[in-house]
Amino acid sequence: MSKDAFLLTAEGLHKSYRMGSTQVKVLKGVDLAVKKSEFVAIVGASGSGKSTLLHILGALDRPNKGVVTFEKRDLSRFSSGELNRFRNKTVGFVFQFYHLLDELSVLENVYLPAMTGRSVIGWFACRKWAKNRARELLAQLGLAERAGHKPYQLSGGERQRVAIGRALMNEPTLLLADEPTGNLDSAAGNGILEILGRLNGAGQTVVMVTHDERIAQRAERIITLVDGKIEHRHTK
Amino acid sequence: MFDVFRAMYKIILPIRYLVKRRITYFAVISVCLCVFIVLVVMTVMAGLVDEFKQKNHQFAGDCVVGTKSLVGFAYYQEFVELLEKTDFVEAVSAAIKSHALISRMDSDRKTRVEIMGIDPAKHGRATGFGQSLHYHKDDVARAFEPGYEPNLPSCVLGIDLELQRDAGSTYTYQTNPSRIGYSISCLPLTAKGALAQAGTDMVDTKTFYYSDNSRTGLPRVDGSLVYLPFEQAQQLCMAGSVKRANAIYVKFKPYVRLEEGCAKVASLWESFRQKKSGEEQAYLLETVTVQSWKGYRRESIAPMEQEQTVMSVMFGFVAITTVFIVMVVFYMIISHKSKDIGILKSVGVSNFDVIELFSGFAFLVGLAGSGLGLLGGWVFLVEINQIEKWLFERFGFQLWDRTIYAIGDIPNRVELKVVVAILLSAIVACLVGALVPSWQAARQRPAAILQVNQL
Repeated sequence: MSKDAFLLTAEGLHKSYRMGSTQVKVLKGVDLAVKKSEFVAIVGASGSGKSTLLHILGALDRPNKGVVTFEKRDLSRFSSGELNRFRNKTVGFVFQFYHLLDELSVLENVYLPAMTGRSVIGWFACRKWAKNRARELLAQLGLAERAGHKPYQLSGGERQRVAIGRALMNEPTLLLADEPTGNLDSAAGNGILEILGRLNGAGQTVVMVTHDERIAQRAERIITLVDGKIEHRHTK
Repeated sequence: MFDVFRAMYKIILPIRYLVKRRITYFAVISVCLCVFIVLVVMTVMAGLVDEFKQKNHQFAGDCVVGTKSLVGFAYYQEFVELLEKTDFVEAVSAAIKSHALISRMDSDRKTRVEIMGIDPAKHGRATGFGQSLHYHKDDVARAFEPGYEPNLPSCVLGIDLELQRDAGSTYTYQTNPSRIGYSISCLPLTAKGALAQAGTDMVDTKTFYYSDNSRTGLPRVDGSLVYLPFEQAQQLCMAGSVKRANAIYVKFKPYVRLEEGCAKVASLWESFRQKKSGEEQAYLLETVTVQSWKGYRRESIAPMEQEQTVMSVMFGFVAITTVFIVMVVFYMIISHKSKDIGILKSVGVSNFDVIELFSGFAFLVGLAGSGLGLLGGWVFLVEINQIEKWLFERFGFQLWDRTIYAIGDIPNRVELKVVVAILLSAIVACLVGALVPSWQAARQRPAAILQVNQL
């Protein structure tokens, strides 16, 4: 398949961290390509580098070496402003520990990306739209009644659904989920996976990181990461 | 471009942090207490210094042409006439100043005093002398005419020479002054500075009768100055055929600026001095200086101003302490909020936005802290005299013992410019205190914050 057909590509990604006096190599030359509307699961044991890879793909981190392109544009050539806009508009993140702002209500957490990407005047101009969109998302995620609650008043599954709502707020091209069920019981986890599956069914590109092979089976393509290298690719 | 209001979350989140985080209250309370202390002490200190300056201004008029030499200087009448002819001078009063020994007629105890010979009418116009009197406040020209016998030679005593001040800073006056004679002895000096020889026609001891008190509010003046009629003081202190004085007090017309008026007087004096250079006692004019009241009373005012400066420096340290407290609190807040920074960065917030966010938070802490501190300080100042009165009645405590210090009410007038300066300083202190933690927070890698125990 031509390289142009991919939404996201990564070539020769290397990443290392300094831990005390030692240099820990996390990624050791990862190549990856994701097509539009694809559901890709990256599987690996703890410490295999899968979360680091996801952060690099979402421009939350930079590789020491290698290139990430999104819609044929090299992310390393983005200015910091372009990277911020990329994280705000193009990518949506879902984290294992939900990462919601405790000071904001559920509704405010969902429309946070719409607020951070706009000036005060811009925000007032689109506030109605943003609130409606956030309410719609919460309704789709089964949280319509929880809009006014604070994150700490919700269960783990509900919080993760709020995090998905936030990730979808600006209608991102790419949804990146880092162990989205890792902190949930199986019922809540299944609910989240169903939502991700439903979103993918509606055309949303999803890249999910998990250590659980069974969860990864929900994706249409599974990439196995071992010690910072892709060891196995499996397409259903 | 730096713009605190660039995005709505930079307004909403700081407000929520301020309201919801208990640790923030410590920062607000720290700022509040510092602002409270600074406002109260600055207001009281500034009030005392201003009051003291005002009293000195009242005592000395606007400008003084004078010499420190007890010999004095000649030709003063001509210069007084010259000044009176100008369009910028309101009033002029020549004065004799010297030292003397005083004793009540019914006592042998002699006390060292300063004497000042004045024409009461002229001196009342040139200075606040009239307002300092008790019995002759409305008839200053007759200050040396005691009610019991107007033709007796009389004196006006500094109030602390005659009366005792009570704990409420008040004096108990009799309805009319008592007939009390004071023997005043002086060493008359010749124009050459020598003591006038005994046995000549010079009078060196004379009895004056108590006519009134002068209360200037300046402890040194009220405790040691005796006013005498000009000619009689001249006879007591100055020997020689050419009449001399030690000082000329000048009051300018209301529209004349102090520096401008003093410069004009200095220029006139210089011309006058040159014109008199060939005269017999011209050498006495060399010691004469022209000073504004501030310069003339510098020795009294300078220590007060120095105290005020020391207080300002001390408050500088208080401000630095506030900055450190705010910095520590912000380090704690931001370390608690590192997850929020990671989340915000994951939704596209830049490093600079993070700094702006926490600067906005610091601004609110400063505003809330200083607002509360100013309000508390203002309420305290409004009631400060009542509080002191209550403390005195209940516990016998006074901030300043009024039997020692010549202070009436504690000054409590809050100046708008002081309020604005304190408010701005507190906000700037908070912004400075938050800058380093904010900058460090902004530099945090979101991946490192959000990647919990995962690589």
